[in-house]
Amino acid sequence: MSSRESSQSPEKTTNLHVGTIEPGVKKIDPIITVDDVRRQFGGLTAVDVEHLEIPRGVITALIGPNGAGKTTLFNILTGFDKPNAGKWTFDGKNIAGVSAFKLAQMGQVRTFQLTKALGLLTVLENMKLGAKSQKGESFFFSLFPFFWRKQDAEIGEKAMVLLKKFKLEEKKDEFAASLSGGQRKLLEMARALMSDPELVMLDEPMAGVNPALTQSLLDHILDLKKEGMTVLFVEHDMHMVSHIADWVVVLAEGRVVAEGPPKEVMRNPAVIDAYLGSHQDIDLGIVTGRIPKNTPKLS
Amino acid sequence: MTSSVAPVVRVSDLVAGYLPGVNILNGCSLDAHQGELIGIIGPNGAGKSTLLKAIFGQVKVRGGSISLHGEDITGLKANNLVERGVGMVPQNNNVFPSLTIAENLQMGVIQNPGIYEERLEFVLGLFEELRNRLKQRAGSLSGGERQMVAMGRALMMNPKVLLLDEPSAGLSPVRQDEAFIRVSEINQAGVTTIMVEQNARRCLQICDRAYVLDQGTDAYTGTGRELLNDPKVISLYLGTLGTDVQ
Repeated sequence: MSSRESSQSPEKTTNLHVGTIEPGVKKIDPIITVDDVRRQFGGLTAVDVEHLEIPRGVITALIGPNGAGKTTLFNILTGFDKPNAGKWTFDGKNIAGVSAFKLAQMGQVRTFQLTKALGLLTVLENMKLGAKSQKGESFFFSLFPFFWRKQDAEIGEKAMVLLKKFKLEEKKDEFAASLSGGQRKLLEMARALMSDPELVMLDEPMAGVNPALTQSLLDHILDLKKEGMTVLFVEHDMHMVSHIADWVVVLAEGRVVAEGPPKEVMRNPAVIDAYLGSHQDIDLGIVTGRIPKNTPKLS
Repeated sequence: MTSSVAPVVRVSDLVAGYLPGVNILNGCSLDAHQGELIGIIGPNGAGKSTLLKAIFGQVKVRGGSISLHGEDITGLKANNLVERGVGMVPQNNNVFPSLTIAENLQMGVIQNPGIYEERLEFVLGLFEELRNRLKQRAGSLSGGERQMVAMGRALMMNPKVLLLDEPSAGLSPVRQDEAFIRVSEINQAGVTTIMVEQNARRCLQICDRAYVLDQGTDAYTGTGRELLNDPKVISLYLGTLGTDVQ
């Protein structure tokens, strides 16, 4: 278990908060703030967040049990859903009621847990759609290729660079519908980056992506941070969370129940009980009685 | 064919795909013996789900063969396979959201309604959480609960072979571990199980043998333990994240 050259622990950004760490703690430089946001579906309160701040320029993980309201909170923050009450800001601006496409233009993009690739466009066409402020979007200019040909070529080049990073370059001319589930995830993440966002929100980016590829993608996410972007992601893979996240927010039954640096959050007994489970660090072969407890490890 | 007993499931040189001229599986072979828990891992787009669908008659087979207890079942439809004791739990959309849990389970025995009561008891014994919620609509369940209903429905026909497509997908860590423990229990009750998993490490920890699929063929095979510690498999598929776990 020594071959860790490719995955040396990245440097964590610390000192993000003000005062003692507790749910709703103030951050030194928040990019998103949430106040008293409540979303109810009939009798069920899916999200009930009193106060939450997401730090700028770092990687924050949002974790919590199934049905905790993680995706609902994502939907609210990105304009895909409206809460019953509350206010929230992006970059200091009140964005309550701002629609999703406007938020994307403001520099906040997201991906979806269930991918939304356009199946009957090719992979490259899907990518090109992600770029913003395209000259050909105007009806008048679209009639004259002279105006947008150069920009279109530049966008195409940029798309290919990203597709290479995400190991999709060979698929560029295939319909997005022909991609496997994991490949669609990759395409969606690559497309989100086409708009040079300030804040990237990823909903379970690595679910269904094979572990070795996950590892190489983590380096790309770390690069985003180096380039100054803020990343907020929902993920169940705790190895990934502890590897790249600078800050972790735990949601349960719609409320923020814990937050802090990954190591500390993962030691929190309430988090272990409700979310991680007691088998987290034990070989399931032992738990299920398939291998004896005192089997010497092979490596 | 040297062993005296034919494997429960034998897949030989399978070729299959969706679009004309594009093969997803390119000569893939696999054996599952009586009572074995077989894991299938591999990169995205390797053909893992396609292999399960081909076994279950949901993808047209273009070459090669599939046999069940030595009998050729290539090209048989899903309903015939269910009658012969094969069950499948698909990856997505695996419950009827507008039906209740009880109705979902009933759908599992639609070909033999007489055994409903008896099988229901067996399934509820395995998934105790569902007992008090039989009248709840499946659409209102969380991801982990849906996975239980889907697995329960597949078990209603008392299958001898169970095909599972990513049973842990989308579940929180504690629920993932539970799902794997459940799969192990089902298998130890005598059901030969073939499981596709993206959570490769966990999968290899509990399975007897596993196949690594790459570009539509079986690239490596071995016991779960062997693959878990094989440097080549680690560098190509498993990655080294999470090796700090014992």
